[in-house]
Amino acid sequence: MTQPSREALDMLTPVLTKRWLSPDAWRLDVYERLDGYSALRKALGAHPDELIQLVKDSGLRGRGGAGFPTGMKWGFIPQNDRKPHYLVVNADEGEPGTCKDLPLMMADPHALIEGIIIASYAIRSNQAFIYVRGEAVHAARRLRHAVIEAYKAGYLGRNILDSGFDLDLVVHSGAGAYICGEETALLDSLEGYRGQPRLRPPFPATNGLYSCPTVINNVETIMSVPYIVLGGSAWFRSMGTEKSPGPKIYSVSGRVNEPGQYECALGITLRQLIELAGGMQDGHQLRFWTPGGSSTPLLTDEHLDAPMDFEGMAAVGTMLGTTAVQVFSDQDCPVYAAYRWIEFYHHESCGKCTPCREGNFWMKQVLRRILSGAGTQDDLQTLLDACDNLLGRSFCALGDGAASPVMSSIKFFRQDYVDYIEGRTPPLLAPFTAAELVGTH
Amino acid sequence: MNTFTDDTRARAREIIARYPAGRERSALLPLLHLVQSEEGYVSADGIGFCADQLGLTKAEVNAVASFYTMYKRKPAGDWLVSVCTNTMCGVLGGDKAFEALSEYLGVGHEETTADGTITLEHAECLAACDYAPVLTVNYEFFDKVQADEALDLVRRLQDGERPRPTRGTRLCPLKEMSLQLAGFPDEREGAIGEGPAGEPTLAGNRLAERYGIAVPGFDPETPIGKPRNDGPGHHPPPETTPKPAVDAKPAGDDVKGTTP
Repeated sequence: MTQPSREALDMLTPVLTKRWLSPDAWRLDVYERLDGYSALRKALGAHPDELIQLVKDSGLRGRGGAGFPTGMKWGFIPQNDRKPHYLVVNADEGEPGTCKDLPLMMADPHALIEGIIIASYAIRSNQAFIYVRGEAVHAARRLRHAVIEAYKAGYLGRNILDSGFDLDLVVHSGAGAYICGEETALLDSLEGYRGQPRLRPPFPATNGLYSCPTVINNVETIMSVPYIVLGGSAWFRSMGTEKSPGPKIYSVSGRVNEPGQYECALGITLRQLIELAGGMQDGHQLRFWTPGGSSTPLLTDEHLDAPMDFEGMAAVGTMLGTTAVQVFSDQDCPVYAAYRWIEFYHHESCGKCTPCREGNFWMKQVLRRILSGAGTQDDLQTLLDACDNLLGRSFCALGDGAASPVMSSIKFFRQDYVDYIEGRTPPLLAPFTAAELVGTH
Repeated sequence: MNTFTDDTRARAREIIARYPAGRERSALLPLLHLVQSEEGYVSADGIGFCADQLGLTKAEVNAVASFYTMYKRKPAGDWLVSVCTNTMCGVLGGDKAFEALSEYLGVGHEETTADGTITLEHAECLAACDYAPVLTVNYEFFDKVQADEALDLVRRLQDGERPRPTRGTRLCPLKEMSLQLAGFPDEREGAIGEGPAGEPTLAGNRLAERYGIAVPGFDPETPIGKPRNDGPGHHPPPETTPKPAVDAKPAGDDVKGTTP
């Protein structure tokens, strides 16, 4: 175990995670004692447009991976259009490596509800949904309980806190499909269809749920809102960087001594995060890592000091994503990692777009061939060609995401592939059997 | 055989009423969870039931049911053991745990033991990578489970025990869990409060506590935009769209407002 440096410790910003230390914060009475719903009272005293401006001023960017400015998203909702508006919270956490929204919802469900009420008031929505990943049963249990408590206390329903504002909130469990974390697939799923992405434009801001104006925000994004309402945009901007302000929950997993959730100012480096996480495990040297889930291109030990904000990660050819920092060592094989992720993308591809459906199907087999010692010299080019046909050629980012681990692992670890192909590394897996290939979709 | 009773129909109506009028199809996913809670899987009868409730064809319902992995198409066991074999859990022990369970139980992915108690599946990322390797039983987390511990866990399930999850609530059979997935509350005494956060969840907080770190400058009285003199309730309500009166619901009102 290494002691973290002062610089690393100074990056810690316990804001959204702070109530996690109170084990009963999921109960309304405890939440209220911990200043719960005070942001709502304050927000209802402001004009909705002032709230949208406040969130714009804060610089809050979406925490679900794309980093789109939240206030701008809210501002896109047309007003006085006589159509219902909807707020949909994307709680379909499933990007490999990502594990921040589940603890947020389990420990602090009322904070999500409070953020939802404020956001709904700002965009003039009277109906909100939380689309929670099906497998997240305990989070859903706590959320449903909190929603019932919030109705009874007058935070939801008619004339909330005597403001004249009405809001209904439904917790909707999914049924096991990663693709539903993609916002338009989520909308289709919530409408009772297969979760398949929609062509954009039109965008959800004008044609979202039931073809009405809709804001879709990630759990962590919405949960940042009450703190911005209370502390103000200048305080929020005191954390992070100019273009990526605020605190962010970094989920560190893998070959470190203390894997876990570390809420830090945006812009922390991997070197600092590993220090906070107690250093690398004995006998393990950092070899590769994901900055924000498997859909963000891999980085290596060359990138220990790159700032982990939206700009800093783009500058080194990857993306911040969901800040799911998966740390792999010299004892882990980047070719196997890429193969497992491609199995995942193949399984989770909704099948709508040919490049994603077919590309992942074939890449999985080529990678398995390499790992079983039967790869050929052409296989690397075949993989790169497949990636070229995936990237930017599907309706949604799942296809782009699938290309990430393959392209980045070939870029940094080509020799690892070649060693399997040329027999210097013994086969790791058996070849696919015919039975395994039948019905793989 | 028709297992669906008036109770099921009443629950179906309750599910459908959660969604805006004219948007009943949104109830399809919870309805599929509901029929699974009755039969342990989504049967042809279950498909027909959902189709009847929503005025859809069976083909339309089947197209949806077949898309989502949590809807089981064959009778599943009481205990669904899902082993995460995505990359992180896989390399940290999940791959070996799955192999050990598969060999011990004599079943592969999405197969059920002959006695009908346990269904095994490999799962994709379960959003608990800081606790890797993880498996779930009926979606409740068992954290940091290596092959030996996974075998022990499954043997206890076979012996009729209900091992306590690391986080989350005490186990209930898959049918009961499916009812919760359909949106009905967990009625078991104390179930909601069980399952405190584990140490990895709190790791950053613990460091901040140990070193006395807090974010400075937080003033909850900071004005929003221009300073205002009027307090909550004094502001004109925002422009909202009144809901039309439909199906005996009064205009602008909703049942859930009073009976959530």
